[in-house]
Amino acid sequence: MTIDLKTIKHISRLSCISLEDEKAQKLAGDLNSIFKFIEKLNELKIEDVEPLTSIAETTLKFRTDEVKSDNIREKILKNSPSDNEDFFVVPKVVE
Amino acid sequence: MTKNNHEFLITRKNNHYEVVIGLEVHAQIKSNSKLFSSSSTKFGAEPNTQVSLVDAAFPGMLPVINEFCVKQAIKTGIGLKAKINNKSVFDRKNYFYADLPQGYQISQYKHPIVGEGKVILDMPYGQKEIGIERLHLEQDAGKSIHDIDPENTLVDLNRSGVALMEIVSKPDLSSPEEVNIYIKKLRSIMRYLGTCDGNMQEGSLRADVNVSVKKKGEEKLGTRCEIKNVNSIKFMQMAIIYEANRQVDLLEEEKTIDQETRLFDTKKNETRSMRSKEDAHDYRYFPDPDLLPLEVTNDFIDSIKLEIPELPDEKKKRFIEKFKLTPYEATILVSDIETSKYFEEVTNNSDIKLATNWITGELFALLNEKNLEISESPISSRNLSKLINLIKNGTISGKIAKQYLK
Amino acid sequence: MSEISSLTLTELVKNIKEKKLSSTEITKAFVERSQKSKELNTYITEDFSSAIEKAQKFDDKPNFDLKLPGIPIAVKDLFCTNGVRTTAGSKILNNFIPTYESTVTQNIWQQGAILLGKLNCDEFAMGSSNETSFFGNVQNPIDKNLVPGGSSGGSASALAANLTPVTIGTDTGGSIRQPASFTGTVGLKPTYGSCSRYGIVAFASSLDQAGPMSKNVKDCALLLEVMSSYDKKDSTSIDFNRSKYSLELNNNIKGKKIGIPKEYRVDDMPIEIEELWKKGIEHVKECGAELVDISLPHTNYALPTYYIVAPAEASSNLARYDGVKYGFRSHGENLIDMYEKTRSEGFGDEVKRRIMIGTYVLSSGYYDAYYLKAQKVRRLIKKDFDVVFNQVDAILTPSTPSSAFKIGEKTNDPISMYLNDIFTVPINLAGLPGISIPAGFDKNDYPLGLQIIGKAFDEQNILNIAYSIEEKINFKNKITDWWIK
Repeated sequence: MTIDLKTIKHISRLSCISLEDEKAQKLAGDLNSIFKFIEKLNELKIEDVEPLTSIAETTLKFRTDEVKSDNIREKILKNSPSDNEDFFVVPKVVE
Repeated sequence: MTKNNHEFLITRKNNHYEVVIGLEVHAQIKSNSKLFSSSSTKFGAEPNTQVSLVDAAFPGMLPVINEFCVKQAIKTGIGLKAKINNKSVFDRKNYFYADLPQGYQISQYKHPIVGEGKVILDMPYGQKEIGIERLHLEQDAGKSIHDIDPENTLVDLNRSGVALMEIVSKPDLSSPEEVNIYIKKLRSIMRYLGTCDGNMQEGSLRADVNVSVKKKGEEKLGTRCEIKNVNSIKFMQMAIIYEANRQVDLLEEEKTIDQETRLFDTKKNETRSMRSKEDAHDYRYFPDPDLLPLEVTNDFIDSIKLEIPELPDEKKKRFIEKFKLTPYEATILVSDIETSKYFEEVTNNSDIKLATNWITGELFALLNEKNLEISESPISSRNLSKLINLIKNGTISGKIAKQYLK
Repeated sequence: MSEISSLTLTELVKNIKEKKLSSTEITKAFVERSQKSKELNTYITEDFSSAIEKAQKFDDKPNFDLKLPGIPIAVKDLFCTNGVRTTAGSKILNNFIPTYESTVTQNIWQQGAILLGKLNCDEFAMGSSNETSFFGNVQNPIDKNLVPGGSSGGSASALAANLTPVTIGTDTGGSIRQPASFTGTVGLKPTYGSCSRYGIVAFASSLDQAGPMSKNVKDCALLLEVMSSYDKKDSTSIDFNRSKYSLELNNNIKGKKIGIPKEYRVDDMPIEIEELWKKGIEHVKECGAELVDISLPHTNYALPTYYIVAPAEASSNLARYDGVKYGFRSHGENLIDMYEKTRSEGFGDEVKRRIMIGTYVLSSGYYDAYYLKAQKVRRLIKKDFDVVFNQVDAILTPSTPSSAFKIGEKTNDPISMYLNDIFTVPINLAGLPGISIPAGFDKNDYPLGLQIIGKAFDEQNILNIAYSIEEKINFKNKITDWWIK
């Protein structure tokens, strides 16, 4: 199965990365060879195998319901591109 | 249990249409800290003052699950007479939005913590059972504020990461009135359990409403549309009425209904399509690799069962038997846990019949007028008992008592 | 001065404790050598003046009970360091200064170590040659225009060049072991869950592990001992009984069973790698261990599996880089436009490639065919190891299918680049520990490494085996200081 330009454009929209046609074309080529390589997995018969989602040999540990974090607004906003002291600022969404 | 509906139909010329409604209710869990981080969940704080590094999705930050939130979800599941799943999985729901700092929401997709259950509605025409499909845990998003800055959107992440229970009903609701009773019942159950305060003005309870229509008697369901994020019962009802009529109009004109997501415009009282990009809703769910499957033992679940108080349905049964109330009276008195407590305190010390009448009559009228909750009642249960006793033994007349209350 | 910088960690610690050297002397030595070595381009951020200050502070009030007392260490720029720029080798984090510390680096500072600076790496740890960094290529000190390997290329290069006595890296598909092999150094990837991932810029959550990189096995054991801890802030961190790796290090491996997997003998394997492996087998025999032929039948499916799982997780982990909270932001007409431009300009080509792969394999209609399938194969790969570890205590393989290649040699062919990880990737998928030790040279005199793979949580065993054969191999790295101005 081939990955065409239309697919690349769709994927780039989903991942919020803009791509010019030239770059998109090259990416399609790269992805096609990578997916050819990945197709090797089709050699295996694995319908009855359980998928492995976590390799950590332990169970999910709980945390108690205590408020531990203080107001660290300054730290939180320190690295943001705008200098608003209360909010993160972003361009408007187009509805 | 009868399924006899006082039918809600939309009629055009000779065609009668039934409305099929399913609700996805988002209920904020009552807890001190968030689902995967230890920031406070208190309502009304200054913007971005209840945000941790994890909430703001800084590089290298990781989720750690709040045990109490898990218990609250299980408790709610028990209150919905639902199956509690010993194993459930957290999945990432991937999409981009300003109030979603991670670029994904941690939710549960294929394996939720709670499975099928039911809620019984007391309708005027009898009881109706509404099926619950599932309940799962997920993170709430932050808030985007569009109307402070004309050029930009401001983002407050205080709410980002607060624990939500998403309660999905089966498409068993048939009318705006049933939706009203359903939401109130859910609210009541959760308030009894202490798992959600159900405060819709503060946003602790919101719903996505799924609406479709079909010709009366037809088996096959119509195409449904989802109306997102409706935060009051009144708006839900208005949205349903508008949307059902819109769909019926389309069908009458032999046009197709597009399956889509819509918003309810509260100013214009209409639903409109969200102008979103095609395929924007491919959420690419996959199990969150920063977490492990959630495993709860039967012992864990049983210990939570011990914490369940008497729930509305059981209390109603008991009130009818013990106090010889009518189903109608009982329904009113158990709908809110504080009310039922107040009632029992009063009846402990005074005449039941009088107590019933005075509480459901004069007291409720007074509270409504002054917009107070029963917990804020100007007259305590003790004092109301005393008042009622005075009436009973003839010391004062009903009229004087009424004046006293005012 | 150059003598100090060629001492091992163990020797430096001894010298400090015996008051033969001060922290200030040691730190200044590494700083000076680092300053002369800019051509290697191993540093993204230097913290030299602060390091010397800290060293002086240490000397004023030394604490010799610590395990890394006053020892200067530079770390891979994937570890968030409080107040010190952390870029992950990317333009999108070019100006990011964390207000918090990663657990692993916290552990080493707590034992007295001092931050020298942040080392170059492939962007977001995606690469096998340190050629994808926004901050430029890293030179391998072995020879000019040679890649050091990746993604911990800056770390391996700085280590081999004696700009830092030890360093810490991260390994998702081989990013510690492969550069160790390319630079003639030692690198260990611990069992998944051994080192906390808190505060490490995430690439692929179910595969990432921080690990020690050093010039010999003894140093590696000491550093691992400090790095590894149970961390409640990381839900995948495991609370197991961690050995005192350096104290329990020994070279007695008599009777240990070492597996030789036939599937690692790949087609067209260079003669030198074959010879190296044979030599390793001989050394193991000399140490009294027993060799067992084993099979890991799903080995050839590991790379394709990895190139589904890792990009999938990465595509989601990197969604947070959106210009809203921190990092680079491009101007946009509206929110989505801002996102798209920011991420297009902020990410390099390899990162974009992998995000696209990841997004695709998780997308509607393809999830079952790719991601789900990969997770199933992953279970089979893990099972292979589980079965084999009933028969053997450890597994011996080459670390890489070749020695270091020239800068630019493989950048046009992603597959050829990915094949570098063929021997390292399987154990990331299985969550097992593995160590690479330098074991020989190829015909160009470039180093080659041998890999020892162990059972989960059995780092002590692979350290011991490595320690034993290290002695027999007696490897001497051939560094000529060609870059020193």
